[in-house]
Amino acid sequence: MKSLAGKKTETKAPPLEILLGTAEKVVRWGQESSLWPLPFGTACCAVEFMATVASHFDLSRFGAELVRFSPRQADMMIVAGTITNKQAAILRRIYEQMAQPKWVIAMGACTVSGGLFKSYSVLQGIDKVIPVDVYIPGCPPRPEALIYGYLKLREKIREGK
Amino acid sequence: MKHEDIVKVLSKKFGADIESHGEFRGEMTISVSAPAIDKILQFLKTEKNLDFNFLSDICGVDYVKDHGSFEVVYHLLSMKNNVRLRIKANVPSDKPEIPSVTPIYRSANWFERETYDMFGITFSGHPDLRRILNPDDFPGHPLRKDFDGSPKDEYCPVPIIKK
Repeated sequence: MKSLAGKKTETKAPPLEILLGTAEKVVRWGQESSLWPLPFGTACCAVEFMATVASHFDLSRFGAELVRFSPRQADMMIVAGTITNKQAAILRRIYEQMAQPKWVIAMGACTVSGGLFKSYSVLQGIDKVIPVDVYIPGCPPRPEALIYGYLKLREKIREGK
Repeated sequence: MKHEDIVKVLSKKFGADIESHGEFRGEMTISVSAPAIDKILQFLKTEKNLDFNFLSDICGVDYVKDHGSFEVVYHLLSMKNNVRLRIKANVPSDKPEIPSVTPIYRSANWFERETYDMFGITFSGHPDLRRILNPDDFPGHPLRKDFDGSPKDEYCPVPIIKK
């Protein structure tokens, strides 16, 4: 490249990582702002989830109101309720059917650790069979707790963790 | 038809296969020998005056500690006569096997699968004897008294992921 004075100057290409970093930030912002939840509701936690997406608590204020019942159309799985051994294979399969990127919220004591069901028939924590991003304790957790956990997940996505 | 009449008819037809009978709070229970269960239920279903057309439940009981056997309990209902009947049959714990009644009552299909799942009692002649409540590769039979009901850390129906 020639300068106005006709002298050859070396120009540095703009640092690529900054551009990439910014683009990634935009992508992450898009991802965190439009999470499509897939409710894997098996017990009472699912009712709390319903309350959370309904008008009173209104999860759509945070951009996650578009509940999808197909794993192919969702990127945030909310596992709400007791997962039995028999259900574990189904949970794993549905998780695998979701497209990347995908996140999982373990909602309630049962999904986190088996909860009060210290039993041969219940999976003692879903992180045995699928990776979990956010754990929400409670039996069942209040909608506020679910929203808090959801915001924590958004934070995680924002920070690229 | 009264309870006593049912016992009379059955005893006349099957003789020694009808082991004992008793009534408690208006409910009739008849103990029969296990190998004859399919013939007895077939008779109860098809005999004109009895007409027990509905099998409402099959379950198992673990009496291994008491007398070394499992018990299979059948609950019958005659919708025509409005009479209920409980049939019990003992199967030895070392070889828990009893004829299937699925060819007679179609509702027996899943009941027998459940009893097989929970007690390990084999129903010979069942068209599709698989576990129904627990995963296919589940270790043990949960409703047996010697079964440890605590969580099985070593057992997981799908491969465990690394954390």
